[in-house]
Amino acid sequence: MYTETIKSKNKWWVDLYLPAVIKGLGITLKHLLFKKRFTEQYPEVRHIPRPGYRGEHKLNKDELGRPKCVACFMCSTACPAECITIVAKDSPWPDRDKVPAKFEIDMLKCIYCGMCEEACPCDAIALTPQFTLVAISRKDKIYDMEKLLSNADKYK
Amino acid sequence: MIFLIEIIKIIFVLGMILTLVPILVYCERKISAGIQDRIGPNRVGPFGLLQPFVDAIKLIFKEDIIPREADRFLYTCAPLLAFIPAALAFAVIPFGNKMQIGDFMINLQLTNINIGVMFILAVLGLGVYGIAFGGWASRNKYSLLGGLRASAQMIAYEITLGLSMIAIIMMAGSVSMQEIVMNQAHGIFGWNMFRQPLAFLLFFVAALAENNRLPFDLAEAEAELVGGYHTEYSSMKFALFFMGEYVAMITLSAIIVTLFLGGWYFPGIVDVNDSSIFMGIITMFVFGIKMAFVLFTYIWIRWTLPRFKWTQLMNLGWKIFIPLSLLNIFITATVCILKQ
Repeated sequence: MYTETIKSKNKWWVDLYLPAVIKGLGITLKHLLFKKRFTEQYPEVRHIPRPGYRGEHKLNKDELGRPKCVACFMCSTACPAECITIVAKDSPWPDRDKVPAKFEIDMLKCIYCGMCEEACPCDAIALTPQFTLVAISRKDKIYDMEKLLSNADKYK
Repeated sequence: MIFLIEIIKIIFVLGMILTLVPILVYCERKISAGIQDRIGPNRVGPFGLLQPFVDAIKLIFKEDIIPREADRFLYTCAPLLAFIPAALAFAVIPFGNKMQIGDFMINLQLTNINIGVMFILAVLGLGVYGIAFGGWASRNKYSLLGGLRASAQMIAYEITLGLSMIAIIMMAGSVSMQEIVMNQAHGIFGWNMFRQPLAFLLFFVAALAENNRLPFDLAEAEAELVGGYHTEYSSMKFALFFMGEYVAMITLSAIIVTLFLGGWYFPGIVDVNDSSIFMGIITMFVFGIKMAFVLFTYIWIRWTLPRFKWTQLMNLGWKIFIPLSLLNIFITATVCILKQ
């Protein structure tokens, strides 16, 4: 069997391991006795995400309560997971050409990258700090316009 | 009547060991959590104290799976072989001084056999069979490697364990555990920890290796051996392996306390010649507190140091520890002869 002996360049007491071991024990003891515990007691204490956290989507409304979305398809084009489905229709209001007839996000495909929010020219679609993403069926995870607009009321 | 006292003593010791296991598991989880800036179990019962019991109940109700190709006999034997020797070694450890109840003088030790230290070495060496058999009987290459590693490691470190004990035996002039404690009962610097610092260090590290505890847990190395010898084990068989490890930890810490930390003796508190019931209980408490201290160090080391590499482990065992323990014996022998 081929073996190779590597000559250590360390001082002899470094190769004893002992100083390093004692130093390490000191560090862990410091953590045990003095350091702040980072655990959050989850169901009782809700975690508040930092600003910029990318959770569930919302669809913003303007001052008149209308959806800001103008069905420009920018978000669905930007989406790398292709989870946004938009169907446009003619606008009933004079200030825009189109409004969405259908606006669906498949949350099972979504990767929460936030590209839609960046692509949106009207600040209509945005991500909320909502991070509990549970549902009882797959159908519940396909969010329609109603659900997205109600998210806008919940997360200003 | 003496027979009855012996039975009560056996039940007491076994009960204490088995009660200590869940407490130790709880403490280990709490201390590891603290070291990693977490909180640890705190949901079941006050401060999460009932967590180990809940875990045990869960393990009992798990399905007991025996792999199709496994050697069924050895597969079933192995957890027992890992558990029994660890508990057996406690038989010769004096956990207190004498106690006078009525006409009976009770030794707080299961048996004061005159080959105490030898008995401990012999029985502890058996512990590896459980691990090696478990690894072999599972018919799993990872388990087999774990078993192999455990046996090679045990052979390397058992020698250091024995050789560092010899220095203690030479100083006490006896292999009886009670005598070794008596030999240390001269103030705090009479403890072998201070009289034999090198032997203490060697013994402590070899005990870690003997116990397959981190940083020497190469037999179960989760990272490369997916759990090693207990990969295939489930339900109570796994629990028995787990308990075996903790019982071995308790036993080894008791041995360390007896051989190096003056056993049940503490200067100023314990009077060696007093054999009242009160003093008996005090000695047991002193022993327990010292054991708790050693066990804490065990856990503390486990959550501080990373695992050794296989080559490092063998180098440390054969090339450093054995020469050092031989040197220690030589020095001790020289000093003993010069003193006479």
